[in-house]
Amino acid sequence: MTAVRTKRSKHSIGYYLKQDWQLWVMLLPAIVYIFIFCYMPMYGAQLAFRKYDFAKGIYGGEWVGFKYFSDYFNNAMFSTTLRNTFLTSLASIVFGFPAPIVLAIIINQIRSSKWKRTLQTTVYIPYFISVVVLVSMLNVLFAKQGGVLSDFLKALHIVPQNANLIGQKQYFIWMYVGSGIWQSMGWNSIIYIAALSSVDVQLYDAAKIDGANAWQRVIHIEFPVLVPTIMILLIMNMGSILNVGFDKVFLMQNTLNKQNSEVISTYVYHLMAPTTGAPQFSLATAVGLFTNVVNFVFLMLTNFISKKVTGSGLM
Amino acid sequence: MSKTASVAVSSRNRIKDRDPADRFFHAAVLFLSILCFIVILYPLWFVVIASISNSDMVNRGEVVFLPRDIRFYGFEQIFKDSRILIGYRNTILYVVGGTVLNMIVTMPAAYALSRPDFRPRNKIMLYFVFTMYFSGGLVPTYMQINKLGLINTPWILLVMVLINTYNLIIARTFIQNTIPNDLYESASLDGCSHFRFFWSIVLPLSKAIISVEILYYAVFHWNDYFNALIYTSNNDIQPLQMVLRRILLQNEAFANGNGGVQGGYAQSSADQVKYAVIIVSTVPILCVYPFVQKYFEKGVMIGAVKG
Repeated sequence: MTAVRTKRSKHSIGYYLKQDWQLWVMLLPAIVYIFIFCYMPMYGAQLAFRKYDFAKGIYGGEWVGFKYFSDYFNNAMFSTTLRNTFLTSLASIVFGFPAPIVLAIIINQIRSSKWKRTLQTTVYIPYFISVVVLVSMLNVLFAKQGGVLSDFLKALHIVPQNANLIGQKQYFIWMYVGSGIWQSMGWNSIIYIAALSSVDVQLYDAAKIDGANAWQRVIHIEFPVLVPTIMILLIMNMGSILNVGFDKVFLMQNTLNKQNSEVISTYVYHLMAPTTGAPQFSLATAVGLFTNVVNFVFLMLTNFISKKVTGSGLM
Repeated sequence: MSKTASVAVSSRNRIKDRDPADRFFHAAVLFLSILCFIVILYPLWFVVIASISNSDMVNRGEVVFLPRDIRFYGFEQIFKDSRILIGYRNTILYVVGGTVLNMIVTMPAAYALSRPDFRPRNKIMLYFVFTMYFSGGLVPTYMQINKLGLINTPWILLVMVLINTYNLIIARTFIQNTIPNDLYESASLDGCSHFRFFWSIVLPLSKAIISVEILYYAVFHWNDYFNALIYTSNNDIQPLQMVLRRILLQNEAFANGNGGVQGGYAQSSADQVKYAVIIVSTVPILCVYPFVQKYFEKGVMIGAVKG
């Protein structure tokens, strides 16, 4: 550190520019791109505090302070979107987070290497199916009439006979979470499988000699190995709790389930591109900015906690 | 040596298996792994058999495990229709062109940020990382792109995500960890510039990360419908995923009138077209997948190093 300091004082900025100009050239496209496509819009977020004026553009409208924020907070959609976003995201974590851990432990226990490889290859496949295709598969497989999987669930009396899994709003969250697990469980298990492969085989042998059965070996050897990975991933997940992805929710949305499926990101889109009426650009910007700030604070908070608890954070 | 070791381990397992708890455990593992296999694979299998079965039988729930009354009506409809073809053409252009641009921008930047003697590198990294966690939001981004005149042009789908910060981080981490800095120092003593070193040493030694990056970016472009939804409205430039959305989710009519919500026979044959569309749009990526699987696993591992 001190060495760097002294070196720094020896040379002028010009010296470093001369030495590193090629590195700057290599970075330039990325820096310019990020500036134009990420930082300029951040500056443009001031639209949240201005009345949008079509003739004058983003920076020309009249200042209105926090008007659009209070419009949002006093709107019935505020509690709806906030609740839906929070619940969808929480359910995804509660049910979706343990799935890949269990899968990794199962895969790790399989003794036939052929079957192990087959299963691994299979469980990764859904990850490569696009959201559009995934949602259309949901629509046909869980259709009210003739849906092969909805018929199966009805036959098992898991859902009532007249249930409409696609249309009725109370099922939205389960369809969302279930399809999410189906799609990404395998992919997310990769990191746990890798962690498990680092377990020293001697530990198993020692445990066996001490009389531990297979269950005990999982609980006392494999699970502790996974704990650090679990903690980091859990904290990262909690950090994005108000960040429900737009893509799948938007495609799964229909007029029947909208009351439960309108999350913040889809609400912003609907404000910006409404099916009827004029777009509300300023309000949409304010809603977007609000969630961005909340997410950012959440992330900083979890990062701080993570550093305290596990000694490692994102930044 | 490894052979004898594995024999020793497996014989020990066999002895251990006499413990009923262990036997139950392995039975449970086998059961759960088979269950998992079925749950993952069955929906995919069903789409395949439904696409080539009599659609009335599918709708009556008579097609469950094997195709019945095989026909290729759905596929015939697709190949009569130009939209899927146009979508495919556009998607291929975006995947190839977009990925090439991504690599041209990402790899040099990752190299520059991996140089330990490049003083501002941490500050520049922060400049990139910040955009992962904070953005201006949808409307300001849209306005910015509108100002650049890129709305409704194919260009926007090529450059919308020109560089992904996560991909930048894993590329930088890889270069930093696998290419020793001594190599650059000795090369630079011989008069090698950064450009030359990057081109002749770093790129050839980074094949693993290059494959991972190409895959990540290509899959992103392949699956991306969000940017097309927001920034384009012209059907001629929209990628396959948007075409799929119109056909599969908005029930846009097919060439000869089938596909809309019409009920009766038309509806059931429309469903068959949908199954066929799903297959035609998914099979290419699944065909490539076995060959690239190891790179994906590798990518996750490299990403995990940074955590």
